[in-house]
Amino acid sequence: MSDTNSPGLPGAGDPGDTSWPEYLTSGESHGTGAGETEGRAIPHRVIGTPPPGASRTMLAGQGDGGAEPPAVRELPADSDNPAQARKVEKVIAACFVLAMLAGFGFLVAYSIIGVGSLTAVLHSNLALGGLLSIVFLLLGIGATLWVRHLMPDVERTEQRHPMASTPAEKAAFKETFTEGAEASQFVKRPIIRRTLIGATIPLAIAPLFLLRDLGPLPGTTLDTTVWRKGLRLIVYGTGRPITAAEFNSPGSIISVGPEGYLDDDDAMAKAAVTIIKFRPGELVFGPRSRPGGPSAPNLVVPNWTVDNIVAYSKICTHLGCPAALYEQTTHHILCPCHQSTFDATKGAQVIFGPATRPLPQLPIGVDAQGYLIATGPFNEPVGPSFWERS
Amino acid sequence: MVAFVLVLIGMGYAVITSGSASATSPATANSALIAQGRNLFVEDCASCHGLFAQGVSGQAPGLIGVGAAAVDFQVSTGRMPLAEDSAQADRKPPHLSPAQTRAVAAYIQSLGGGPPIPSAAQVSTSGATVGLGQQLFVANCAACHNFVGAGGALTNGKYAPALTQSTPTQIYEAMLTGPEAMPVFNDLTITPQEKRDIIAYVTTVRAEPNPGGFSLGRVGPVTEGLVAFLGLLLFMVLAALWITAKHGKAHE
Repeated sequence: MSDTNSPGLPGAGDPGDTSWPEYLTSGESHGTGAGETEGRAIPHRVIGTPPPGASRTMLAGQGDGGAEPPAVRELPADSDNPAQARKVEKVIAACFVLAMLAGFGFLVAYSIIGVGSLTAVLHSNLALGGLLSIVFLLLGIGATLWVRHLMPDVERTEQRHPMASTPAEKAAFKETFTEGAEASQFVKRPIIRRTLIGATIPLAIAPLFLLRDLGPLPGTTLDTTVWRKGLRLIVYGTGRPITAAEFNSPGSIISVGPEGYLDDDDAMAKAAVTIIKFRPGELVFGPRSRPGGPSAPNLVVPNWTVDNIVAYSKICTHLGCPAALYEQTTHHILCPCHQSTFDATKGAQVIFGPATRPLPQLPIGVDAQGYLIATGPFNEPVGPSFWERS
Repeated sequence: MVAFVLVLIGMGYAVITSGSASATSPATANSALIAQGRNLFVEDCASCHGLFAQGVSGQAPGLIGVGAAAVDFQVSTGRMPLAEDSAQADRKPPHLSPAQTRAVAAYIQSLGGGPPIPSAAQVSTSGATVGLGQQLFVANCAACHNFVGAGGALTNGKYAPALTQSTPTQIYEAMLTGPEAMPVFNDLTITPQEKRDIIAYVTTVRAEPNPGGFSLGRVGPVTEGLVAFLGLLLFMVLAALWITAKHGKAHE
């Protein structure tokens, strides 16, 4: 091939020749990039073939009989503005030198800053992370400056060879594969094949057994809490039971737990309760509860309250956060996590937010000494919904 | 049940009478203070709350029976007189001097009932159990006021204020009277000693060492994460713009 050949055309003997012409002429249009000096598209060219010298030289016809024209570069070897290039070169070199120094600093910091104490670990982390960040940042800045200011801004398109194998190659592979399979006698000796497959079965099903380590299934433990008839309401923190007479200021709220379980985090995770005192007439009562029956939706069960004191689960029915922000002016209970808002005067019905069920109401009464007690368990599961929730 | 109701009524009566008795005796002892308080009330408060503190429907609540503690809290924190009709009164420099505030409080107390201003001994944190105070604070206060008393948002523009500037007396009064949306924690539910524990926690946690840097309100990972996210996002966008930007006409 010579310089004047149409660029990129492969020789006639190329095994993939059927696809080449279509590939090269397939209506691909290039934008006029910055490197196209003559206002027309750069001819298609395959990497590794001689450059299209004829299309690039200004002196057409000089090549006939004359000396070989000097090879025309597609990419300029030097910057247009040598003075600026030298300046940028120094900046880039400075970046790389600083990156190198920071890299050595990283090694030094690693060796001299111990990790014997918490403070030393903090300093070590700061020094190692900071210096490594500086290394990579300076490398990146230097490389970017290099590319932007020194390397030419020319767009090139590299034609890709068709990816498909030739029919001959495919046939050869098929032959090799078949021969190999026969030589291994994998097909001919089924007992080896089957025992090998059998040997891998335990490994395949082993991950199923790892599921067991996710812990025992919760069973029915999510349905109930430790609250039961007769348990006193203990103020969380003070550890004292509380009487209705003490909890007598309208607008009061206090967090309580079941007697004997305040230090049991697993139990309190479900059993935390808030009691709220209302002014007479503020509560909107529904019908009295039937034994074992569901509570009326969105209304306060009257025989579960004591003197306008109502007890609600503190566990949000959305995702189980402690819903304990209480506005005594609006009687709204808010959950801090996702802003679910419950109306405490109407059975903690949901008035805003992602929760879908009211906070369950705990039946409360008073015992012989006047202390607030639970008169029964919650009659529905507390907290967020779960798969088996009835 | 009848016995219980009787007990309840009796105890309620005892609470009311003991509260008003302890409050009115110093007030009656100083009728000049009450007279001064009444004058200040007429000047600064009566335009909203009514000439006799009876309240104006739809405008301002009646103050008869709210007690001196509520007056002292609202006036000493600058919330009253109200600056504007907003969702919630903000803390601001007080309009009345401490002496004037006590006079107005004495006047309101003289109208009848309500918790009095706690004495200095009542709010003293010496000998208080900070650990118990923290337990009580976390269980009952932190939901709104944040674990370290940094405050937080409520609904419709209301908010739980930060407790960083509150005096021990103001914290005590707030628990006792439940200003604005805040619930009430009376002395029978949370005893005066437990209130001192809570005050000790709130004032102790303020003195926790500040590790420095931008605190971003010190309200935890939310603001820190947001700032880190937005800052890094901006940095990445600018870096991407710089890397891919065309460099002038250097190589035409």
